[in-house]
Amino acid sequence: MADDLKSHLISSFEKNIRFDNRGLLDFRNVVIEYNVSKNAEGSVRVKIGDTEVIVGVKLMVDKPFPDTPDHGVIMVNTEFLPMANPDFESGPPGIEAIEQARVVDRGIRESKMIDLKKLCIKKGEKVWIVSIDVCTLNDDGNLLDASALGAMAALKVAKFPEYENDEINYKTHTNTKLPMKKQPVAVTVYKMGKHFFVDPSKEEEQNIDARLTITTTEDNTICALQKGGDFPLTLDDIANMLDIATKISKELRSKL
Amino acid sequence: MGYSKRTNNRGFDELRKIEAKTGVIKNADGSAYFKIGNTAAYAAVYGPRNLYPKFLQNPSTGILRCNYNMMPFSGTGERVRPGPSRRSKEISLVTEKALLPVVDLKEFPNAVVDVFIELIETDAGSRCAGICAASMALADAGITMKDLVVAVSVGKVDDKVAVDLDYDEEAYEDGPVSDIPLAIIPSTGEFTLLQMDGEISKDDLIKALSLSKKVVPKLYEIQKKALSEKYKLYGSDTNGNEE
Repeated sequence: MADDLKSHLISSFEKNIRFDNRGLLDFRNVVIEYNVSKNAEGSVRVKIGDTEVIVGVKLMVDKPFPDTPDHGVIMVNTEFLPMANPDFESGPPGIEAIEQARVVDRGIRESKMIDLKKLCIKKGEKVWIVSIDVCTLNDDGNLLDASALGAMAALKVAKFPEYENDEINYKTHTNTKLPMKKQPVAVTVYKMGKHFFVDPSKEEEQNIDARLTITTTEDNTICALQKGGDFPLTLDDIANMLDIATKISKELRSKL
Repeated sequence: MGYSKRTNNRGFDELRKIEAKTGVIKNADGSAYFKIGNTAAYAAVYGPRNLYPKFLQNPSTGILRCNYNMMPFSGTGERVRPGPSRRSKEISLVTEKALLPVVDLKEFPNAVVDVFIELIETDAGSRCAGICAASMALADAGITMKDLVVAVSVGKVDDKVAVDLDYDEEAYEDGPVSDIPLAIIPSTGEFTLLQMDGEISKDDLIKALSLSKKVVPKLYEIQKKALSEKYKLYGSDTNGNEE
């Protein structure tokens, strides 16, 4: 059955047809809604078609890691909530959720978009911890790009809570935002048969051969990659996918 | 002295602003969103569906399984660690017991109906918001029910009996506070959830519980309106007028 669907998808792709009438390199409608959870320091709801995630940023103060005593800490966590998909189960994050969180994390970390040194309060003792939590509401494919975009958007609007005498007052937020320098955006390019496409629906996502997540900053610098899927990619494939991702990342960034 | 003024001049028998919607999660068999003040809950229902591991199955009826969860950034203070806690497990249990009396799963032996409740922001009353959303989501999923369930908190802040306490009231420090989350089957007036923490006299407790009678019909109407609105979109309204 699944194989039938796959060959049907591929033969449709040959005629440049997708079930929802999009071109192969078209994203569904992207909607970003800001400040959806007042207790978070920054929060957004991202919808890509019927895929919907909520991302919240919490700021805490804690000890830095011993090897980076004057750097703040970023943490990304993804919850594939069972609400979002009948196949998701309750319990600690599974391997897919962990991979996704790490890919989002890598884009943020390696782009050096946040000046971690500015998050240091007292060297070796107190730094700001930036915790980014992605929660899925509805999964209709491409949670990955939605999550990365959501993380970026939530960081952009996050504001520090008041901090006085070594205590955080979460009730009052200052107007200070995170020290951000860049806006990395992740675009995942998918391959099925010999076709490349982006922003898969659930059906498409379940039948891919390979995928490559490419995170780029405004100046087209590539700051993180992740290949997935069961099939290999050739060098030509990769070059092609990079071209597609660079182009689409601009469209996505303009939504922020 | 005493407690005289609520935030935004809200009356002591007045609910916070409410927003309710159904059919908000496309993948689910039924779903709802319920926001009261700054407490917002999503509920999604999946099922009746197969239940594994098999030893959990009940051959005489389908079972209801509820799961209450706060998103990590939804709390009023620090980040809430993801995953189940003692608190969320207890709330899941009482939510299940609050909803069970109205649902009939006899036609689905060995099956399960899963209810997932997710809080995106909280300002007290989160279990009640969750139950309101869950009962709407169950109805939206077409589960056989004899009524909806309405949940709200009542309580006493210092010298005043009040409904729908917010976080500041729960944390009021200049006098005794009691917080009483409850759920009611509107058609019979029976209670399906009753908890309390704080301190209150017997007379005041009865007064507080009676006060809930004033707001339950309002909540009930909001729930019913949200349910009918989803289906209005596809046809004509109850008066036969095309939308």
